[in-house]
Amino acid sequence: MDNTVVSTGTEGKTWGGGNKPLKASYGKMMMWFFIVSDALTFSGFLAAYGFSRFKFIDSWPIADEVFTHVPFFHGNYPMIYVAFMTFVLIMSSVTMVLAVDAGHEMKKAKVTFYMFLTIIGGLIFVGSQAWEWATFIKGDYGAIQTKGGNILQFGEYVEKDGEQIFKRVALRDFAVIDDHKERVQDERKSGLWFTSEGTLPTYTVGEVLNGLEANKNVLVRTQIINEEGHKTVLSREESLRQIRENGTLVVEGANLHVNEYGSPLFADFFFFITGFHGFHVFSGVVINIIIFFNVIIGTYERRKNYEMVEKVGLYWHFVDLVWVFVFTFFYLV
Amino acid sequence: MADHAHKLEILRGLIKFKSNTQKIWGVLILLTIVTAVEVILGIYKPEALMAPFLGMKILNWIFIILTIVKAYYITWDFMHMRDETKSLRRMVVWTAVFLICYLIFILLLEGGYVFDVYKEGFVKTDF
Repeated sequence: MDNTVVSTGTEGKTWGGGNKPLKASYGKMMMWFFIVSDALTFSGFLAAYGFSRFKFIDSWPIADEVFTHVPFFHGNYPMIYVAFMTFVLIMSSVTMVLAVDAGHEMKKAKVTFYMFLTIIGGLIFVGSQAWEWATFIKGDYGAIQTKGGNILQFGEYVEKDGEQIFKRVALRDFAVIDDHKERVQDERKSGLWFTSEGTLPTYTVGEVLNGLEANKNVLVRTQIINEEGHKTVLSREESLRQIRENGTLVVEGANLHVNEYGSPLFADFFFFITGFHGFHVFSGVVINIIIFFNVIIGTYERRKNYEMVEKVGLYWHFVDLVWVFVFTFFYLV
Repeated sequence: MADHAHKLEILRGLIKFKSNTQKIWGVLILLTIVTAVEVILGIYKPEALMAPFLGMKILNWIFIILTIVKAYYITWDFMHMRDETKSLRRMVVWTAVFLICYLIFILLLEGGYVFDVYKEGFVKTDF
């Protein structure tokens, strides 16, 4: 290529990659740029969640009423478990940064120990997330979906400390079982070999309606949020009318199609965003394990620098950073 | 980076730490306090903070501000952004902050608009 310009008169003046204007190595800089792009991906998801929420701002589920369980404990404890998960992740971030710090001082034993703690923290978090999903999928009280896709829940007023409080009632506590139910699940072995359907709900709409008629104190709660910030409770007549005329489907738990807690979009975004974040935590744990073994066999000792631990640390802190936002927008706001 | 020292003060020099390890624990305490405040506010939801302010409850604004505070300390101290050069810091932070603010602005505005269309545009949802 003799005809291209070979001499520009700037040789030695332009940056040839030799000196470092950002005083960061190539690998670390690229990790930062990856984190920026990943942050934008997560922002896209969270902003889409915000869009859907603003679209249904007067009927969005209230997170305090959805995530109320703590493993091994019965009762109503909103926020407690997810606060614990947040703390575990922040704590594992701390052990990670301690590992990076020990790496700067070339203390192999300390790096190994802190990396180990970080991996344990990550595993506890992923396990908790799995439990949270399982609880959410299994559901709590059950609900009825209407023709228009609205969710109708059940409850009754009870006296507590001299105040009338609306307490949720589960379908299993009032539905009247019909012993002559003919509807059975369509399986491949029972009809055409190429047709089947998912598990049927435990109760039919008819059984729930019979139960509602038999239990005079049970009322229907819609998703519309009133001025006091609570979901609207219908009168007895209106409750019966809604179930009789509009009820089409019994919903128990949540999946990508239906959601007993309210708008199906809430469940969709919950699965998608916490799932994507959980996947990040999982891959972070895998990468941490690889680095952990590299530390043990002394790769970085021979290399005379532990920058690899620092780069993985950046990713791990980023996962923590994202969780801080997911926590706020899914559980608090 | 073994070749350059860490900056060891947070809150604009209000708290100075003796070593990097000590700073890490200090930041952990700060983050724990902030999270605890969030959880307590989330459980008790004080009535005074439920008043609307700029389109949202004051409580929600507090949550978002506290989240940004936490994000700041995670990035600056755990990810050592405090020790990076100004140009790297701006490249990462300003790009992300600008794009995220823009995205949030357009999507939330559009979401609010669609809500109004559903509410006032003769769209029946209660059936």
